[in-house]
Amino acid sequence: MNPLLTINSLKKQYDEETVALNGVSFSVHEGEFVSIIGPSGAGKSTLLRCINRIIDATEGEILFDGLNVGNQNKGQLRKLRTKIGMIFQHYNLVNRLSVIENVLHGRLGYKNTFNGSLGLFTAQEKKQAFQIIEILGLEKQAYKRCDQLSGGQKQRVGIARALIQEPRMMLCDEPIASLDPNASKIIMDHLKNITTQMGITCLVNLHQVNVALKYSDRIIGIKHGLKVYDGPPKSITKNQIYDIYESEAGELILELKDQNEA
Amino acid sequence: MQIQESIYHLWINSTKDKSVDLLAKYNERKPFNKTSFAIKITLIALLILTIYSFYTFDYKNLIIIDAVKDTLINMRTMFFGASLRNFTILEGIRQVSFTLGIAFLATLTGGISAFFLGLLAAQNLSTKLVSNVVKGFVSFVRAVPTVLWVLIFAVSIGLGSTAAVVGLTFHSFGYLLKAFSESFEELDHGVIEALTACGANWWQIVFQAVVPSSLSYLLAWTFIRFEINFVEAVAVGAAAGAGGIGFELFMASARYFNIREVGAITFLILAVAIILELTSSRIKTKFIK
Amino acid sequence: MKLDYFSKKRWTGVIFLAVFIVLSIWVASYTRFDLSRGLGSFVKAFNWTISSFYPDSASLVRLPAILIKLRETIFMAIASTTIASVFALFFALSGSKVTQVNSFLSIVSRGIASFSRNIPVVAWAMILLFSFGQSSLTGFLALFVATFGFLTRAFIESIDEVGHEPVEALKASGGNYFHIVFQAVLPMSLSQIISWILYMIETNIRSATLLGILTGTGIGFLFDLYYKTFNYHAASLVVVVIVIAVFFIEFLSNYIRRLIL
Ligand SMILES: Nc1ncnc2c1ncn2[C@@H]1O[C@H](COP(=O)(O)OP(=O)(O)OP(=O)(O)O)[C@@H](O)[C@H]1O
Ligand SMILES: [Mg+2]
Repeated sequence: MNPLLTINSLKKQYDEETVALNGVSFSVHEGEFVSIIGPSGAGKSTLLRCINRIIDATEGEILFDGLNVGNQNKGQLRKLRTKIGMIFQHYNLVNRLSVIENVLHGRLGYKNTFNGSLGLFTAQEKKQAFQIIEILGLEKQAYKRCDQLSGGQKQRVGIARALIQEPRMMLCDEPIASLDPNASKIIMDHLKNITTQMGITCLVNLHQVNVALKYSDRIIGIKHGLKVYDGPPKSITKNQIYDIYESEAGELILELKDQNEA
Repeated sequence: MQIQESIYHLWINSTKDKSVDLLAKYNERKPFNKTSFAIKITLIALLILTIYSFYTFDYKNLIIIDAVKDTLINMRTMFFGASLRNFTILEGIRQVSFTLGIAFLATLTGGISAFFLGLLAAQNLSTKLVSNVVKGFVSFVRAVPTVLWVLIFAVSIGLGSTAAVVGLTFHSFGYLLKAFSESFEELDHGVIEALTACGANWWQIVFQAVVPSSLSYLLAWTFIRFEINFVEAVAVGAAAGAGGIGFELFMASARYFNIREVGAITFLILAVAIILELTSSRIKTKFIK
Repeated sequence: MKLDYFSKKRWTGVIFLAVFIVLSIWVASYTRFDLSRGLGSFVKAFNWTISSFYPDSASLVRLPAILIKLRETIFMAIASTTIASVFALFFALSGSKVTQVNSFLSIVSRGIASFSRNIPVVAWAMILLFSFGQSSLTGFLALFVATFGFLTRAFIESIDEVGHEPVEALKASGGNYFHIVFQAVLPMSLSQIISWILYMIETNIRSATLLGILTGTGIGFLFDLYYKTFNYHAASLVVVVIVIAVFFIEFLSNYIRRLIL
């Protein structure tokens, strides 16, 4: 089976000094749940943003579903982006609009300029939005303005906005970094369900190693713009994690199973 | 008790020496304060320029005491003896409405153009180059006084309401563009990124994220400009003969030398201006800041 | 229920827009504003500028005279702003809620300021013209009154921004009114106050042009003279000179602002 996403020696240089990615390669198969871990400034966010071309890579190749992301023209890129949902640490919702309106933003990529600008969505799209809202347990909040929601609720709106795109892959940039443990668990469970039940591939940047180990099918470790680990969570060792975060043993709070001790 | 006090004094004295020392050191090394120096220089420069101004003024053999006395008498007549001669109160209200109409239309045209060019001037929605080009254009527009814009356009279309509206549009545009583009820039960059990631295009982002987020600011600023435009419309009406209550004011004073009528018209304008000012400052405290 | 939400929102928008458009059309017809002529005027004005509204070599002869009037205008703006700001500061101190002596005086100072800025500057100019004639003082005084009113409001806002805390801190340590004003309020709001003064000087150069047309003083008078005698080359030179002067003063005051804010 061909991988859904293939990244070949991806490089990103912001300016003369900052090389955020320095030749990263890996591929992701349909239905995988992959976590990316690494210290602050390693280049995790940069990597995700290159995949849907929110920023342009300097060098290297990204293939999504057989299409070369770098070669798409404006219209093709919009179409491709509808197939890739994205959720963010700070949710990035339009606070003054209601939940349902924010969710429907996920359909903008499918609409022409006029209908999209005026927010003229079809009855079918609205129905779908309400279904997704219900799945995520937000039906009571549907008409509330987003600035009246809690962090966990906002992130669920973010997920709903991504889901209504009918994506094949989700890019999640630290989805639980601003949430309390309870809300974090709800969000991670939703993301996991999305992968197992809807077959949507998830690529998640995480700072919580424990969470990454618990939920992922695969872990990718990034450090200084380079991939330093790629494998299942079962086989990662404490020392490898310490190496990724460049910290002394014992400085990190980890719960690894005994078999992983090296 | 006494012992305690003397100990206290001893202690105070010992620290005093130290603190005096520290103070001296601090004063010695007190950094050259750029801000307060600039403030002082600015104030001194303004003072000198002001004094010099009075030397250069053209007094035209004026006897100032007499002029002041005259003015005070005139003001008394104007404010306490206000009355209409050449037209009725109804006519006055019609002229005020005319001026309000000019202000309204200029705010509208200025607001619409400021909205679209403001999008190009906002750094988060545009490129640095385009944004700077637009801002440069705006500072030129603002450098030319409103009345000159009116007069320049009056040459090609004649004096009247159309020239007044077009002329007033320029500064409304310049003022609102700055306010609008700053409101647009308040929008978190992440939101734009999120909608881009959904596949939204530029116009969709503008109308689905930028406008809903800044709408109340836009309306508040627009109303504040309407208030300013009323005052400007009065001035332009007088100085460029563009009609409305400003022109009547000009006629009453420069043509008919009727101080009582000047007073009555002034009261009329004052009433409208104060209503507008109160409204706009309420809007300001509610929506801006 | 769910479709209601969207159609309600849409209808609100449509009705609001419709009312607004009708109102605009009505106002346009009431004031006899002609949109197509207004838009067309841009093309006409542009063509006219290229064909006749530019300084030619003959008009350059008038440059010295123009510069003298420009100096008068600039000085009128500076002097009126500086003196108005001194008065405005006193009125603002007694008008602001933070530093007011008592609420009666506060209302009186706010009232006087509101009165002086809301009476159109044209009216001041006209009333002064009766007795001061075409002297520089006419423009100066008219600008002074309007600037005073505006600056009082601006200063009150700046002082209010200082807030009650620093004032209470000083009161608690036994400071009297003058201590509070000179040690807390003024140091904290001075940068803002100067920024407002600079802004007013910029604005007043433009206003002085308008007043000049009305009262026959300064650079506005020269523009009016050339304009009414169809000497458009010289009139355009006046515009160029004003633009350069405004740019220069804006540059200078932005530079000062960067230092003090
Ligand atoms: N827009 C930008 N311009 C210049 N440099 C940038 C930009 N964005 C990121 N960088 C730099 O690129 C490097 C990688 O940043 P990135 O945001 O990808 O790290 P990260 O792994 O996501 O970190 P974190 O865990 O803190 O989010 C950093 O050194 C950062 O300073
Ligand atoms: Mg990041």
